[in-house]
Amino acid sequence: MIEQLLFYTFAILTCGGAVAVVATQNVVRMAFWLVVSLGSVAALFFLLHADFLGAAQLLIYVGGTVVLLVFGVMLTASGPYTTIKTSPAEGIIGAAVGIMLLLVLLSSIGGVDWVSVSGRLPSTPQSPFTADSVREAHAEESLVNSGSTKAKTDLAAVQQQGRTVRQLGLSFLGLRPDRNLKEGGANGLAPAYFLPFEIVSVHLLVVLIGAAYLARAKRRAVSEDRVSLD
Amino acid sequence: MHGLFAALTLEDFIARTISSLTKIPADSDTLLLIAFLAAAFTHAGLLLGLFGGLPVFYIWLERKVAGRIQDRLGPTRVGGSFGWLQTIADGIKLIQKEDLVPKDADALVFRMAPYLATIASFAAFMVLPISDGWIAVTAECGAFLILALMSLEVLGIILAGYSSGSKWALFGAMREAAQMVSYEIPMAICALIPLMIAGSLNFQVIGRMQSGGFWNWFILHDPFTFLAFFCYFTVATASVKRAPFDLAEAESELVAGFHTEYSGFRWSIFFLAEYSSMFAVSAVAAILFLGGWHDGLGIDSVIDSLFRGTGTGIIEGFSLGSYVANVFGAVVLITKACLLVFVQIWVRWTLPRLRIDQVMTTCLKYLVPISCFLFLAAVLWPLTLVTMFSRPVIAGPALGERALSQQKGSSIDASERLGAAR
Repeated sequence: MIEQLLFYTFAILTCGGAVAVVATQNVVRMAFWLVVSLGSVAALFFLLHADFLGAAQLLIYVGGTVVLLVFGVMLTASGPYTTIKTSPAEGIIGAAVGIMLLLVLLSSIGGVDWVSVSGRLPSTPQSPFTADSVREAHAEESLVNSGSTKAKTDLAAVQQQGRTVRQLGLSFLGLRPDRNLKEGGANGLAPAYFLPFEIVSVHLLVVLIGAAYLARAKRRAVSEDRVSLD
Repeated sequence: MHGLFAALTLEDFIARTISSLTKIPADSDTLLLIAFLAAAFTHAGLLLGLFGGLPVFYIWLERKVAGRIQDRLGPTRVGGSFGWLQTIADGIKLIQKEDLVPKDADALVFRMAPYLATIASFAAFMVLPISDGWIAVTAECGAFLILALMSLEVLGIILAGYSSGSKWALFGAMREAAQMVSYEIPMAICALIPLMIAGSLNFQVIGRMQSGGFWNWFILHDPFTFLAFFCYFTVATASVKRAPFDLAEAESELVAGFHTEYSGFRWSIFFLAEYSSMFAVSAVAAILFLGGWHDGLGIDSVIDSLFRGTGTGIIEGFSLGSYVANVFGAVVLITKACLLVFVQIWVRWTLPRLRIDQVMTTCLKYLVPISCFLFLAAVLWPLTLVTMFSRPVIAGPALGERALSQQKGSSIDASERLGAAR
């Protein structure tokens, strides 16, 4: 019940903030509404117990992107408050793209058989603290009683439940403990995200070096490359 | 594992108490909602007390220390000869002032910006453990989350400066933005060093790994973490825009920087946010490097043995021993954080302010390379030790073994908790 209430609050804030971003013309106000919208998305992630994703959302989008946006506006603005005027044609194109995206989303949401999917979800959300310890103790009991490998994997699975940070970290290092536990290591190691992770890192490094190269002050005879930031 | 309600959350406790008193079934929706709200408001109230109470103390301390350093007395009149109530008097004065919005300001953003800064600062308190069992939100990635939340405060400052419609405020905000965007990098890298050693982002796990004597604290783990602590503390001082890095404010150059146009209540909650962020970064430093809620002298183990077996007494799920241990842990952690805040105040009234280019040079040319080097060295240190002495630490059990013994202890606790829950 309280989850429902919080969900609706943050969902309204997310959508309202997004609409306000589109509706306002002042860039800094847009940034403010963007903070509201993105922060509410992070709150929705927290509601779903996706702490890591929520924190990443806050760090990257709210703390990173929006700060850079405002910073950029402050450095480049010629007038006191930068405004963006959209022409009617742009408005029509934007609305058309938006409506098409909405239709795609609606059709894909309508295509999912929610009844069968909801059967896979845990039925009653217990408070994680009690639920964890109770389930863990159950798994331990069955391990002590039977001593089978099934019970052992059960215990490991229960201990991992709801704690995704370690799994995320391991899967970026090329290990998938959840998969490997279930498949028993018969098919070798399950593929993880080591290669994509490395490719993205190298890509970011290239972007960083490229940006530094482009932003580098051209050296002249007189050293004028000391750019003061104020 | 210590916890105020070892078997129950506060929510469960309230629900059970009400249902036993009023004969309403414990799983009725309204009762659960009431219990949830009561528990949520209790937690939020406790945190707000800390969030509001500490700055009151720190502002008094700042004035007193500043006075002493400048060979003055500082506040002496309000509330006895030490001026204890000076901050309260200031607060009452500030609330009475008119809430001004300049004509050129962007009124909406101008009004909202102080709240943004304060909310970000308060949100950091949610994932900050005050003691082993006292943490509002146990997030598995607490350290990551707190770094993310603390980086949001700058946004309020930038928006405040930009929307003021004043050149002074704009300059202050631009400096703050440039400073924060740069200083977040070494801060994250420095914080990563103890996180990497602990192998966890969970503050409680990190704190428990440093239990026992002070030689178990991460600051004494290896020479590089020792240096990393000072690096982190410098960067943390800069990240809460304290002197010598208070370019955003810079009274002598920019009138008052980003809060030039603010008055009354909105002005004062900027300071609430600033002083509670000082506590937050200091507490994070204390947890990551200085043993968290462990005193390092063995007093907590004495308390533990004194109250062991007192168990669940009159109230179900409440154990006196863990309560006392938690209070002691909270006192230890807050004392450590307050000492670090005192150092920040001391530095502010001792060192002159840096120029903006010096601030940027300090960060990009010195602190970033230093923190990268320290991180690399802290990674290589255990590997070097393993190759040379075939053990990952110089003395005592390895961290992994310590964590494992902790885990065993906690699994015993889990069965105890289960027994109590039944």
